This record gives sequence, structure tokens and C-alpha cells, in this order.
Amino acid sequence: MRVQAAIEVAAPPETIWELVSDPARYLHFMSGITRWEIAGEHARGLGARYRTLMRVGSAEIGGLVEIVECDAPRDLAWTSISGIDQRGRWRLREIGPGHLGERTRVELRLQYGVAGAGILGWIAEQVAAPAVRKNLRRSLQELRRQVEHEQARAAAATRRAAARN
Amino acid sequence: MQAQTARASSGDGHAADGDPFARDFDEHEAGERPPAQPRRGPLERLVDAAATVIRGRVPAADLDERDPDFIRESLPAQWLLASLWFRGEVRGLGHVPEHGPVLLVGNHSGGNMTPDTLVFTLAFSTYFGVERRFYQLAHNLVLSWPGLGFLRKYGIVAASPDNAERALSSGAAVLVYPGGDHEVHRPSWERNRVSFDGRRGFVRLALEHDVPIVPVVAIGGQETALFLSRGEGLARRLMLDRLLRVKVLPISIAAPWGLNVGDGLGHIPLPAKITIEVLPAIHLREQFGAQPDVDEVYAHVTATMQETLDALAAERRLPIVG
Repeated sequence: MRVQAAIEVAAPPETIWELVSDPARYLHFMSGITRWEIAGEHARGLGARYRTLMRVGSAEIGGLVEIVECDAPRDLAWTSISGIDQRGRWRLREIGPGHLGERTRVELRLQYGVAGAGILGWIAEQVAAPAVRKNLRRSLQELRRQVEHEQARAAAATRRAAARN
Repeated sequence: MQAQTARASSGDGHAADGDPFARDFDEHEAGERPPAQPRRGPLERLVDAAATVIRGRVPAADLDERDPDFIRESLPAQWLLASLWFRGEVRGLGHVPEHGPVLLVGNHSGGNMTPDTLVFTLAFSTYFGVERRFYQLAHNLVLSWPGLGFLRKYGIVAASPDNAERALSSGAAVLVYPGGDHEVHRPSWERNRVSFDGRRGFVRLALEHDVPIVPVVAIGGQETALFLSRGEGLARRLMLDRLLRVKVLPISIAAPWGLNVGDGLGHIPLPAKITIEVLPAIHLREQFGAQPDVDEVYAHVTATMQETLDALAAERRLPIVG
């Protein structure tokens, strides 16, 4: 099953990249995520491993994932090592300046399932999809809220500093 | 699916005679067992012969029969049942130590179809991954019942001290329901009571292997049918205790049978909401000293579980609905 969500954020891709590439921040903006823990030697970048869990229905589902693509500040993709099969990707694309400055289109994709689970596996994927989609959408809304809030505060600080000088 | 008690009879095929654990596990029953009868009637001899045959059907536990790939592939089906039918909710799995052997002690509900086991084993397998060794101790009858052989692939092994010992020494997590058949068939009006019936074997097991006890408290299972009576008198009269090591012949009103005596074919559980709370690990020697008193630990574990069950019951607004 492939589920995705997208949103536009009033910030440059570099700012958003700071957030999505930092495992410590996932619990603060990802909806339904109950664990996003560093499991290997590296905290970030290609080859970094995380133990992930998302509450869906009656269980917390996830497993060990590894970052397999890390192209700052554009693409971050992971794939599962253990647990359910999953493949996820952040896609950050600049869409030119708006009236508030630079804007970025943020896309979050997640493919999941259990190979070999047969027809019931397929049904379970369909049944889980709305909950997973809702989690992705909420995560993006929270990401936008946090990034834009930080942007606004940074801008205010700059203005204050300029006024003082 | 009935995962039951950690008791063993000394006549158990794979529990070595003279095993100290067998004695421990059996202690509770010892008082109830009738004194040896030198003269036995033909009926009793027949019963004993049948019991030997049935015991022969109990598979000797092979921990290797647990099949992680099989479990993984059946997770979606389990998830569907647990999420849609039982609206399962499991809290506090983070209390289970990440590594090493641990004894999970649960209260048991729902007659022979025990939804709490389904919901919990699913949550455990997805949380820690199917790679983590996890065994559930079950009544011999569950494992020898025709057609239920596939349960062994989930890591269900016959409840015997030998098996529990082997599983714990292999570093696995072991789930045990001390209340067993006594608790699982309690009447529905006692649904919010932890009833281990004084079975303390699990405490000795944890002490002997120096593993932490993690209490697992479940609510909702006893609302999946209307359980009326354990039918202990009936079971005694039919000599089921000698034949099958069961002390109960439960009577309930359950779908699709209506009046359901014995629950031998199982039933369709009502879609009661199952909520499970995992409590912080109890490290026996840290909390109770170098030589913990078994009765004290037993009282502590059951009291803690009862408190949690009371809290879960207070949270519940309606039966079945949750």
C-alpha cells in the first residue's frame, strides 16, 4: 500500500531539512509515531538506522529502518530492515518565492505491507490506509506549524536587532 | 485459543519426575488431590488408560517450533481481528525490558477463546519484532486439541516447569497465566477480579531464574460471552481432572450455541473492547531482598494487578462497548 501527503510551507528547503533529518524531532511533529530512536552508530545521514513505531489500530507497528538516500536538502528515503516492509521518503522542492518569501512543497510518502500475508494482508493494508494517511497529513500540518513559527520568530528577532542598532 | 496455566502434573510426559519445579508448581494442587487409592474400579482404570493416551498426544515442547516468518505473515490477519473486532488497546509495552528473559504474568479471560492473548501477542510481536523470542505457556489440552497444532508456530508451549525453564534460559520472554482454567472461566460478574487461586509457581519460576516479573492486566475478555459457572462439581463427577487435567466444565451463554457446556468447540466471542495495561517490571531481589518471600511477592503482584484492573474498570463506561 502506498500512502502520501503533501503540503506547502513558507520556508526554504534548508530550514525544513533541518527538521526532517533530525531524528530527535520526529516525536515532536510526527502524528501517531510512538518511537523514533537512533539504533546505529550514526544519528543522521546515509546508513543511519532508527527504530520506529506508529500506532495504527490495536498495535504499534514499525521496525528497524535505514536511511538509503540522503540528498540534502531535497530527498531523504528509508527502507525497512526488520518489522513490516516499509519504504518512506521526504521530498522537498522549492516552488519559488511567495508573498512571504521562499516556499517549499513538502511531500511525505510511505509504502507499507507484509509480503506473503495473502489476501488478509491486502485487506489489512486497505483498512489501515485511512489511519496512516491521516497521520501523514497531520504530521505535515504540524511540521508546517513548527517551521513557520520558527521562521516568524527568527524574522522578529532580526527586526528587533535592526531596530536596536 | 486458550493459553493457560503454569502447572504441571508429575505424570506429564516431559516434566521430569523429581523436578523441583514440578513440586513447586504442583504444591497448590497437592492439598486437593485425593489420597492414593489402592483399589481401583474398572471405570477408573479406563479413565486412567484414556488419560495416558491423551497425554501421549501432548507434543513434547520443542522451542524450535516457533516460526517467526509464520508469525510475521499472520500479523495482518491478527491485526484485523484485534483492531476491528476487539478494538484492542495495549499500553505500557515500554515497561518490558528491551533485552533478556522476562516473565510476563497476565490475568486471563474469555473462556476458551481468549481475546486478551490474541491482542497482547500481536502487540508484543509488532512492538519488539517477531525476532524477539516469545513463548506462551498453555494448558496441555490446547496443544493436544485436534486442529490447533498451528498454535505451536506462535510459540505456544505446554505449561510445564521444564518448558518454562528452557524458554527462560534461552533468553526468551515468557507469558504465563497463573489463573489458568480457574480464572478464564470465572463467572462474568467476577470479570474485574484477578483470581490466581493461590497459584504461586510463577513467583518461584521468576526467583529461580532471576528474571523480572512484568504484570500484564487485561480487561474486557469476560464480556465476550455470559459466563455462568466454572462447573467444578460437574467436572469432578465426570472425572475430567484425572482424564484431562481440567478441573472445570464451564457453563456459559455464548454465540452461536446459546447454552454452552464445556466450551470444547469454542464460541464466537462478542466484540468486547479489550484494554491491556503493561505494568513496570518487578525486579524481585531488588525489591524484596536477597531471599524474597514467595507469599509476599505473590501478594504484591496480585494486589498491584487488582489495583490496575480496578482502575481500568473505572475507566470503562459500558460493558462490551468499552
